[in-house]
Amino acid sequence: MNSALRKIGQITLFLLSTLRVCVPALARPGLIARQVYNTGARSLIIIMLCGLFVGMTLGLLGYDLLGRFGSESALGVAAALGLVKVLGPVLTALLFAGRAGTALTSEIGLMRATDQLTAMEVMAVDPMRHIIAPRFLGGVIAMPLLAAIFSVIGLYGAQLVGVTLMGVDTGTFWSQMQDAVGMADINEGLVKSFAFGVACTLLAVYEGYHAERTAEGVGLATTRTVIASSVLVLIINYMLTAAFL
Amino acid sequence: MSEHSPAAAIAEVRGVRYSVGSRVIFDGLDLSVERGSITAMMGPSGTGKTTLLRLLTGQVHPQDGSVQVLGEDVPQLRGAALYALRRRMGMLFQNGALLTDLNVFENVAFPVRENARVPEAVLRRLVLMKLEAVGLRGAAQLMPQELSGGMARRVALARAIVMDPEILIYDEPFVGLDPVSMGIILRLIRHLNDALGITSIVVSHDVQEVLSIADRSYLLAGGRAVASGSSAQLQASTDPAVRQFITGSAEGPMPFHYPAGDYRDALLGAESEL
Ligand SMILES: Nc1ncnc2c1ncn2[C@@H]1O[C@H](COP(=O)(O)OP(=O)(O)O)[C@@H](O)[C@H]1O
Ligand SMILES: [Mg+2]
Repeated sequence: MNSALRKIGQITLFLLSTLRVCVPALARPGLIARQVYNTGARSLIIIMLCGLFVGMTLGLLGYDLLGRFGSESALGVAAALGLVKVLGPVLTALLFAGRAGTALTSEIGLMRATDQLTAMEVMAVDPMRHIIAPRFLGGVIAMPLLAAIFSVIGLYGAQLVGVTLMGVDTGTFWSQMQDAVGMADINEGLVKSFAFGVACTLLAVYEGYHAERTAEGVGLATTRTVIASSVLVLIINYMLTAAFL
Repeated sequence: MSEHSPAAAIAEVRGVRYSVGSRVIFDGLDLSVERGSITAMMGPSGTGKTTLLRLLTGQVHPQDGSVQVLGEDVPQLRGAALYALRRRMGMLFQNGALLTDLNVFENVAFPVRENARVPEAVLRRLVLMKLEAVGLRGAAQLMPQELSGGMARRVALARAIVMDPEILIYDEPFVGLDPVSMGIILRLIRHLNDALGITSIVVSHDVQEVLSIADRSYLLAGGRAVASGSSAQLQASTDPAVRQFITGSAEGPMPFHYPAGDYRDALLGAESEL
């Protein structure tokens, strides 16, 4: 318990020192853009693939469930709300932690283990500003974009199954969705994926930065990143869902 | 700039005590580095040679004593002032510590790009000059992963001198090199020292290599400098610690064994007595 509290304190301090260098880091948009590309492009294919299958599952499940109450026409609404508010942000964050998060941790951990971070300090370059801040900002920017892509592809999947396969009317599918899904729902999804972006990227860079300087240490740090981010994402998701109710 | 440090000493360590947790690494360490010289710090692995370099570059602070470099009181420096001092120093890391996502050219250009505003054409000429000085101008477009150990260290050396430092620090520059690369590095250290007027601090446990180029050497053991002098003086020394280190013997004042309880008791007794 005590050590868990200490770790939370250390991560909070790390977040503060990261935020402090984020402003000067903004002066180098090139470095940030490269990290958005790195984290985003690394996760894009897997997120599109998963979005498609999650959406198709939603299509089947929703059709069966809603059909029992004779309201298959609400399939579009159900799929859209499920994807935008919960499944999109949460599953994207979990996939992000596994793909981009681990890559960040091991990259930074290896830099630590091979003295690259120390070498920067000795060359009068602050690694927090040059390495950590751009990666943190890149992840925070990439996450909402990826979640949006997940939801869009998911909707397409739901439509593929619900409309093309099961014969729900295309018009009802889309028009009911348009009527029922509001800006508040979109905002909830955006806030969540932003929060997940902060949490997952922060944990990934923190673990990398503090990894023990051995191959084993980097491996352990990578594992900790996945586990901690996944748990944290699900907890934050519950709290934000409650807050938006 | 402090006025009381003698003009000749470019770095000076006085009465330094440094410990990590309960482990004392230095206790009463004194040494000084003359401007323009090659000064060697020798000592067995684990005596704190790398730690000494971290003290000199202000990465760690002593609990007691003073560390003066280029007239600055290093432990007092923070933030911009510390970075200003570091820009006047170059350091060669044991494994090169090249940035793995940049090619050789960009690695050497890195400190300049980050610390100064230099037109691209000037930067290009500067980097190629430094690479030529270490004989690797032709390798400018290679990635660090494509270099041999000796080449990586020479690229790191080019990077360390690209800002024209006044002090150049080498951490174990001879470890793991083939004889040819070793000779090249030895000549480079001497050449950079003489041609560019750089003060060199070489940390190493490779006695013969160090003694062949150092103007003055310190022998570190047990948390302090136990001997110092020119290579000839050290080689002629009758001090048992110096003799042990230079001849590489297990017997002598420097312990080969990690501190342990009685050997016989350990062999005869229960496991809990280990
Ligand atoms: N941050 C640290 N935490 C614990 N022990 C350390 C730390 N830094 C150095 N040491 C210890 O200090 C001693 C000296 O280390 P080092 O300066 O790397 O020696 P050398 O470079 O001479 O081989 C070693 O025994 C090492 O275990
Ligand atoms: Mg060392």
